[in-house]
Amino acid sequence: MNRIIKFIILDILKNKIVLAYTILLAAFSWSAFSLEDGSTKGVLTILNIILLIVPLVSILFATIYIYNSSEFIELLLSQPIHRNKIWLSLFIGLSISLLSAFLIAAGIPLILFAESLVGFMMIVVGCLISTVFIAIAFLSSILSRDKAKGIGISILLWLYFALLFDGLVLFLLFQFSDYPIEKMMVGITASSPIDLARILILLHLNVSAMMGYSGAIFKDFFGSNLGLFIAFMLLICWILFPFLLSLKIFNKKDL
Amino acid sequence: MRVLLFSIFLFSSFIIDAKTLLIGNNYFYKKIKLALNDAVNGDTIIVEKGFYKEGNIVIDKSVFLLGKDFPVLDGEKKFEVLTVKANYVTIKGFIIQHSSYAVLDDPGGIKIYNSSYVTIQNNQLFDNFFGIYIQESKHCIVKDNKISALIKTEQEIGNGVHCWKSDSLQIIGNNISGNRDGIYFEFVTNSIIWRNISCNNLRYGLHFMFSHNDSYITNIFKNNGAGVAVMFTKKVTMMNNTFENNWGDSSYGLLLKDISDSYIATNKFYNNTSGIYIEGSNRLLIEKNIFEANGWGMKIQASCMDNYIEKNNFIGNTFDVSTNGTLVLNTFNENYWDKYEGYDLNKDNVGDVPYHPLSLFSVIVENCPPAMLIYRSFIVTLLDKSEKILPSLTPENFIDNKPLMRAIKL
Amino acid sequence: MIELINVSKKFGRLSVLNNINLLFEEGQCVALIGPNGCGKTTLIKSILGMVLPDGGDIIFKEKNIKNDFEYRKNIGYMPQIGRYPENMSIGQVIEMIKNIRQSNNNIDEDLLNQFQLNQMFYKQMRTLSGGTTQKVSATLAFLFNPDVLILDEPTAGLDPLSSEILKEKILKEKQNGKLILITSHLLSELDELVSHLIFMQEGKINFYQSIETLKRETGEDKISKVISKILKQQN
Repeated sequence: MNRIIKFIILDILKNKIVLAYTILLAAFSWSAFSLEDGSTKGVLTILNIILLIVPLVSILFATIYIYNSSEFIELLLSQPIHRNKIWLSLFIGLSISLLSAFLIAAGIPLILFAESLVGFMMIVVGCLISTVFIAIAFLSSILSRDKAKGIGISILLWLYFALLFDGLVLFLLFQFSDYPIEKMMVGITASSPIDLARILILLHLNVSAMMGYSGAIFKDFFGSNLGLFIAFMLLICWILFPFLLSLKIFNKKDL
Repeated sequence: MRVLLFSIFLFSSFIIDAKTLLIGNNYFYKKIKLALNDAVNGDTIIVEKGFYKEGNIVIDKSVFLLGKDFPVLDGEKKFEVLTVKANYVTIKGFIIQHSSYAVLDDPGGIKIYNSSYVTIQNNQLFDNFFGIYIQESKHCIVKDNKISALIKTEQEIGNGVHCWKSDSLQIIGNNISGNRDGIYFEFVTNSIIWRNISCNNLRYGLHFMFSHNDSYITNIFKNNGAGVAVMFTKKVTMMNNTFENNWGDSSYGLLLKDISDSYIATNKFYNNTSGIYIEGSNRLLIEKNIFEANGWGMKIQASCMDNYIEKNNFIGNTFDVSTNGTLVLNTFNENYWDKYEGYDLNKDNVGDVPYHPLSLFSVIVENCPPAMLIYRSFIVTLLDKSEKILPSLTPENFIDNKPLMRAIKL
Repeated sequence: MIELINVSKKFGRLSVLNNINLLFEEGQCVALIGPNGCGKTTLIKSILGMVLPDGGDIIFKEKNIKNDFEYRKNIGYMPQIGRYPENMSIGQVIEMIKNIRQSNNNIDEDLLNQFQLNQMFYKQMRTLSGGTTQKVSATLAFLFNPDVLILDEPTAGLDPLSSEILKEKILKEKQNGKLILITSHLLSELDELVSHLIFMQEGKINFYQSIETLKRETGEDKISKVISKILKQQN
């Protein structure tokens, strides 16, 4: 399996897109920290990167790469290799490549310029978010044989999690603003990995505002060790669930 | 003339007759009460280092009560420790602890009833129900005392310095912590609160009601349950104070409720959930303050009118200002907003484009607090940006016409 | 060596394999023929485990291949259209497969040498012509000296010379006692190679006979003639 992962990583490295992604991300991160006066604004820029660009690139690149690897998968399938191994190798290979890109481009400035706890939190959450969207890409690309359709599904999923979900939350909040819905909202947050990531980072970043009226409830939940643990577990579930589902489908798929 | 001569005679005899009574194990007086019994107006009573459990000590003569090396007066949780019922009393250099606890008659470590010119200086008050309690008194000075209590629930603990229906008080340089309210003023006029540090109190660092013509200057209020509350008052001057780290649900650096004709300047609001919360207040001048790293720099409710907010620095707040309505009757001018993105072509340090400090999201959160959940999400950024370009929900006249390009040096 | 018992497969409503029962033995060279879309490739892919049958069992060397992958060590597969990672060169593909198989012993590089792929090792897969890609496929199929060779349209797209090289190689392996499965449209190519013939139609086995028997029964000499005669008889 290690050999397959190695081949995949080498193949991705030859692909200039990941390199471009790394350079772009690095340019954003470094300029954010060097242009803005305070490190807080730099951190906020990287927060936006983590919540928007990282998911988008992760899901799109992974989807396209999986479709482009169909020949490779076919070739491997006629070899004495278990299907699980092929799919898992592809996943690990993609994850390692995209995570290293993120770590090099955003991780280093975070370590250098951000407050250590916040920086650490953002690196961990950024890695998790990237992996979550790779996992989702696996699911969306196994659902459709058609490349265009698969990429379409991926973009829609990204749009949903990055934009529509929050709009929906906002709508719900206004609809039910007369009821004590804070606790329910904590639950709803768990159904979007991007929101989970955002709140995890915000609680370490912008505590003052989060502490306001209902912030206390979020803080009580996500701020406690148990809440932190649960939030991380949820993010890991967001990796495992789509990936394992895609693996199950892949194992039964005719190629 | 005769009256004057008589009074001079009386006064001089007063000085000549004044004597000093020593109290301690090695002296004639073993107990303070005995000495007080024998003392006359103008006497000095010096208490040696020791542990005195004498129940309630009532001072009803104009005496100087001085502690040497901090003798301990202990109320055994059963008595009010020191009761002052005379003018011209000075209490200095004691450790006063363990007063009784009662809800009805509010016992204190030191309680002053209907007296004038009482000075309480350089004492350490510990674990009393109320620390220093002043009622219906005038011209009293509370200075350089250290007042602390063990944190309990609000019902089980009184206030650090509690002043009621008094006039011309001076509360200076005290260090107050662990009480319900650090300093409590109700119906106190013409008084000053200066250089005190009030922190880690359960409720308010300073609780201030119906107290006109007062000033509080250069105090530090930190880590209090609900910050500082100033209510139902006219003509207060608040200058050079620091309001810091007042966290939590309905917690404010400074809560202003029904205040009018007051002056709030050169204060620093740092790291509070809300820097200032203003409600039902009129004709305030709020200038040259620093609002930094607060959740909300300033929450100004629509019930406020004719207030001027000028030359303040708003730096690194999550929201600089917010309001609950569309009616804006206050004036913002020449403030520095770090979120301002305009330009200054003629380099006069005033931005050429007016600034709308009210963001759409702050309006949303005001109407629906749980919306804080989606703070900093992409959709919120989109909404805010579109609102900046085409204001539709935020009041159009909520505006700073002369936003400064650089922070004011304060 | 390979036994198919009641194997069936549907793609949606379309029944592609319909209760197939087959037995292949060592030393056989079986030609799998039939009209387009009759299920030849699906049958082959089922044996390879790339298509998972809906029903029935496939037994390879006395072991059911369901949930097994090790058996593929003994199979060399040459796909109809070889598809390879585009960014890799010929050398890298061969190297990678060698790496994955981890069987450095008993490497058969006859075809590699005869097709002169050595000189093109650096060429990227996407730049290759169809014929060259086929050469790579063939080389990979024979590379590990497997007991079973499954060749899907092996000579399609190959130039006559290469075609001849491949045929000779197939003959050689047949003589080594290997089981060879070939699908092909070019019936003339099969004449010298095959020992058995399977004719598939609409997901079913029309007949499965040895060449000698067929030739004897029909009195024809060429496979193409044999088939057309049988089909006429059936009609």
